[in-house]
Amino acid sequence: MQEDAGGAVRDTDGAFIDVTDLRKTFSVRRRSGLLRRTSTEVHAVDGISFTLRRGEMTGFIGPNGAGKSTTIKMLTGILSPSGGRLRVAGVDPARDRTRLVRRIGVVFGQRTTLWWDLPLRDSYGLVRRMYRIPRARYEENLARCVELLELGGLLDVPVRQLSLGQRMRGDITAALLHDPDVLYLDEPTIGLDVVSKARVREFLLHLNAERGTTVLLTTHDLSDIEHLCERVVVIDHGRLMYDGALAGLHEVGRGERTLVVDLERELPPIEGIAGARTVRTEGPRQWLTFPATASAAPLVSRIAADYPLVDLSLREPAIEDVIARMYAA
Amino acid sequence: MHLLRLNLAVAASGFRRYATYRVATVAGVFTNTVFGFILAYTFIALWYERPQLGGYDQSQALTFVWIGQAMLATAALMGGGFQDEFHERVRNGDVAIDLYRPVDLQLWWFASDLGRAAFQLLGRGLVPMAVGAFAFELTLPSSPTVWLLFLCAVFLAVVVSFALRYLFALCGFWLLDAAGLGALSTLMSVFFSGMLLPLTVFPGAFGEVVLWLPWAATLQVPADVLLGESGGGGLAGLGFQLAWAVVLLVAGRLLQAAATSKVVVQGG
Repeated sequence: MQEDAGGAVRDTDGAFIDVTDLRKTFSVRRRSGLLRRTSTEVHAVDGISFTLRRGEMTGFIGPNGAGKSTTIKMLTGILSPSGGRLRVAGVDPARDRTRLVRRIGVVFGQRTTLWWDLPLRDSYGLVRRMYRIPRARYEENLARCVELLELGGLLDVPVRQLSLGQRMRGDITAALLHDPDVLYLDEPTIGLDVVSKARVREFLLHLNAERGTTVLLTTHDLSDIEHLCERVVVIDHGRLMYDGALAGLHEVGRGERTLVVDLERELPPIEGIAGARTVRTEGPRQWLTFPATASAAPLVSRIAADYPLVDLSLREPAIEDVIARMYAA
Repeated sequence: MHLLRLNLAVAASGFRRYATYRVATVAGVFTNTVFGFILAYTFIALWYERPQLGGYDQSQALTFVWIGQAMLATAALMGGGFQDEFHERVRNGDVAIDLYRPVDLQLWWFASDLGRAAFQLLGRGLVPMAVGAFAFELTLPSSPTVWLLFLCAVFLAVVVSFALRYLFALCGFWLLDAAGLGALSTLMSVFFSGMLLPLTVFPGAFGEVVLWLPWAATLQVPADVLLGESGGGGLAGLGFQLAWAVVLLVAGRLLQAAATSKVVVQGG
């Protein structure tokens, strides 16, 4: 049990975020005649339960419209749940939003918290006032983010002139100036190039390791999760599909990796290797799939021994395919 | 103390945001000045035919024109300012970001609109007024007290204008796309503030009623304070403005509470 500066008890059972049977129902009105409208209930979040420990970095994934953003909005307190129980740091977000707000940071990848017409530095100054961050701590946090996210030359540039990757790094900095205990990231790498993505990921790993910040990350990019999270929570149609290690997700979803091999010449499809099957051939190139839970090493050595191998590459399964297969199962 | 510092910072940022666009400011000054000349010659024609129309002589009427031009951007009489931005944020869901911040929505926009108004008064208010005073014979007071009261009236005009526009903007939470409402709000403001014609020229019951509507506080009253036409040495006008400011700001708070409790954040 820990106490923060305000004297409030943080967490008693190690669960920093505790979600039990969370529900959110929207009523959507549709036109059904010339003037008549019918109202239908949409269960955006339909009974989700999970807990996050302090300092955990968790991936929160699911297809579009699965209810990820709705859940995050409830976790931040800007939407109130229609049912279920929700606690973040022992606090009900919807009821105690103002108390919780200083302890959480949010980055919405498709929105910005920065002021379009103002230089980054001015936006940060406003954030400092808003969150009442003491000057010394503010300077320290800003300096750290500027260094790690390489924002040095950008502080005096108006936000409208920043590239998407620069703006995203600027947004992440804005969300961290007040030292939040938990950081919600909603698609933080959407639209970023490989270099920017790598920089953001590296920074998040550093943040989690150094400051113990609890991170909940939604993304469509499975490689984000692979680099960052030991645990994934998968939701779809507002329901929990999976909660556990990433490797286990492949097991449940029977995720398959693909080995692409280039042979010296065109040959009949590679056969007789246990656990793998050839799904496509195109000239000297062949595609073999095998379970994502298996190691590629024995497969590669078998092929190298029996066939004239020139080159090979390995492709990881896409999250959409894994989830699609979970359905089929 | 913290709240004051935060809101000063917000107002300063509002000021800077508008100060960034220098070309837009120059274009605005030019437009206000041209518009001022057109209205001035229209009023000259009107007051030539009907001297003492609305209780003003011709010089007072011309002064009214140029006060109107100085107030146009300052009190956002033709809309704009935070209202468009707020609409857009409600429409595209960015308001979610505003809502999770540890600040009060109304106070935040109020401070930022005051910052905007301060810039517009200096950037787009002073020059057209000076041009008007140079080109026409205006009735300007010599007493510094009257100027001081006028400044108070300008401040209150901005407050009332903000409070009105905030009410219109909040309706976006229910209507989802409130562009039509924004246009209505601008139309009401242009007419009922007295920008087209001083409200005192309208005859009969209509003329009585328009003087009591809140829009009167955004131009008619400040102009009357400067022209010495407001009762009680101008204090009656200021009291009228203050009363509307309080009523509308409280209404804004109530509507805001209703809006945010049923908020449906769109998109994402």
